[in-house]
Amino acid sequence: MNKKIWIALILLGLLAPFVVYPVFMMKLLCFALFASAFNLLLGYTGLLSFGHAAFFGGASYITGHLVKNSGLTPELGVLGGTLFAGLLGYLVGSLAIRRQGIYFAMVTLALAQIVYFVALKAPFTGGEDGLQGIPRGDLFGFIDLNQVYSVGGNPVALNLYYFVFVLFCLGFWIIHRTIHSPFGQVLKAIRENEPRAVSLGYKVERFKLMAFVLSAALSGMAGSMKSLVFQLASLTDVSWHTSGEVVLMTLLGGVGTVLGPLVGAFTVVTLQSELSSVGSWITVIIGVTFVICVLLFRRGVVGELGRLLKKSL
Amino acid sequence: MSDYILETKKLSKEFKGFTAVSAVNLKIQRGHIHALIGPNGAGKTTVFNLLTKFLIPTAGTIHFNGTDITGEKPADIALRGVIRSFQISAVFPNLTPRENVRLALQRKLGVSYHFWKSDSILKQLDGRAMELLEDVGLAEYAEEITGELAYGRKRALEIATTLALDPELMLLDEPTQGMGVEDVDKITALVKKVSANRTILMVEHNLKVVATLADRITVLQRGAILAEGPYAEVSQDPQVLEAYMGSAHD
Ligand SMILES: Nc1ncnc2c1ncn2[C@@H]1O[C@H](COP(=O)(O)OP(=O)(O)O)[C@@H](O)[C@H]1O
Ligand SMILES: [Mg+2]
Repeated sequence: MNKKIWIALILLGLLAPFVVYPVFMMKLLCFALFASAFNLLLGYTGLLSFGHAAFFGGASYITGHLVKNSGLTPELGVLGGTLFAGLLGYLVGSLAIRRQGIYFAMVTLALAQIVYFVALKAPFTGGEDGLQGIPRGDLFGFIDLNQVYSVGGNPVALNLYYFVFVLFCLGFWIIHRTIHSPFGQVLKAIRENEPRAVSLGYKVERFKLMAFVLSAALSGMAGSMKSLVFQLASLTDVSWHTSGEVVLMTLLGGVGTVLGPLVGAFTVVTLQSELSSVGSWITVIIGVTFVICVLLFRRGVVGELGRLLKKSL
Repeated sequence: MSDYILETKKLSKEFKGFTAVSAVNLKIQRGHIHALIGPNGAGKTTVFNLLTKFLIPTAGTIHFNGTDITGEKPADIALRGVIRSFQISAVFPNLTPRENVRLALQRKLGVSYHFWKSDSILKQLDGRAMELLEDVGLAEYAEEITGELAYGRKRALEIATTLALDPELMLLDEPTQGMGVEDVDKITALVKKVSANRTILMVEHNLKVVATLADRITVLQRGAILAEGPYAEVSQDPQVLEAYMGSAHD
């Protein structure tokens, strides 16, 4: 994709906390990374997981636990959460990839429900209340992530914001690299015609499993970031609602496009925060938006745009 | 090494009590173009699926170059140098023909699991990919979207992709099916050309193609072998004439 678009996006991200409400912006970055990681699996490998909240939420608990109860620095907390999600992804993936289509989705959903159950019952997760008051701590032991700076008269935790932004860029770059790697090329082949990929000698189960682990680990990274931003790891993060939300974001923005998940996450997170006053109607509004978008733009917003411009975005 | 590159003994497949392939003893001589013919539903595609392990045989054994490969997985069979095409054209529709062929070439590079590397290292394969496309007359379509190519070109691309792996044994399932006369002639010439230095087993309905290409023919009927031998011999076999050729000839 065009270099200029990238530079513009990075500048936008760097300047955002001076213009937009920073917590909103950080939430957006977390979900944008989550949706991009999910898209690596659905869009580029052709696997629909319905249990990705297990990785997102699971990692947010682990990070919360590591920094709150074990006193680790935030970057190690994020690393721990990410590794945990990758490992969990290996377990779930190993069991699920033998199944095809809807059965694959059902296995991932069932396993994610087990993770939900563990989060509800385990001693360190805080049950219904979740893990509250997670400290942000000092990055590398000396950069205070709670430090606020006055931006236009408002206190803004800029250190935290830029930490989250750098993590997002790192995660997004890994996804982008994976898609445009020799490995990504084989993933596309599997998505396009699995028997043919097999007949060319590719052990597709290994490729799928690797993609699953990568996607799970990066979803976990997003969850870890979220637990530091909101200082909270809760049951919502591991619930099937969250699994559904990430499917929605990805489809809305455009599955199999690089920018689609960003647009999808932006749309959903914005709707949620703008409409938080209308209470439970929000689910209906997001649902209707989703239906309209799917009817109007079958390839998602970015997918349709790409088709108009005859470019892959 | 024996003269036979591939040998099956009593190869059988049942689908829920229905015997699709029944005790097939197939011997393919090295260097031959061997044709597998027979009426629709005779079990030809099923034999291909058994040989490449896309289906698991109910009974019988498969030997390739003297090694028992009956228990191996499809990808392992491919790694041994047995590459198949499919009856319904098997391409990667949203990639370009160049990328299609490159995917076959890529395996030898040993970087297929390297998700941290840029795919620009695949550029070194473009030259070879273009040569192969040239061979099947697709060079000028190298950058189109494969899904939008005409049917005959997709089949040609499939052959180019299969050839990219330089298979020792190539299995072609009805390569000329659904093609116009012109394309049939092109594919026939192409198969003849690529048969040098390798063995080909092909399923083919068009008897003119079979007569032109095949060194040996096996006739399958209701899952079992009805006759086997050179074209001239088999085409005179009264049983075969009655079962199959009689109606198919003019
Ligand atoms: N996966 C399957 N399950 C059940 N029956 C099958 C399956 N595959 C093939 N068959 C049956 O086996 C028979 C042989 O099919 P096939 O090998 O495709 O024939 P051919 O390629 O000679 O036309 C047919 O009657 C077909 O219906
Ligand atoms: Mg067939």
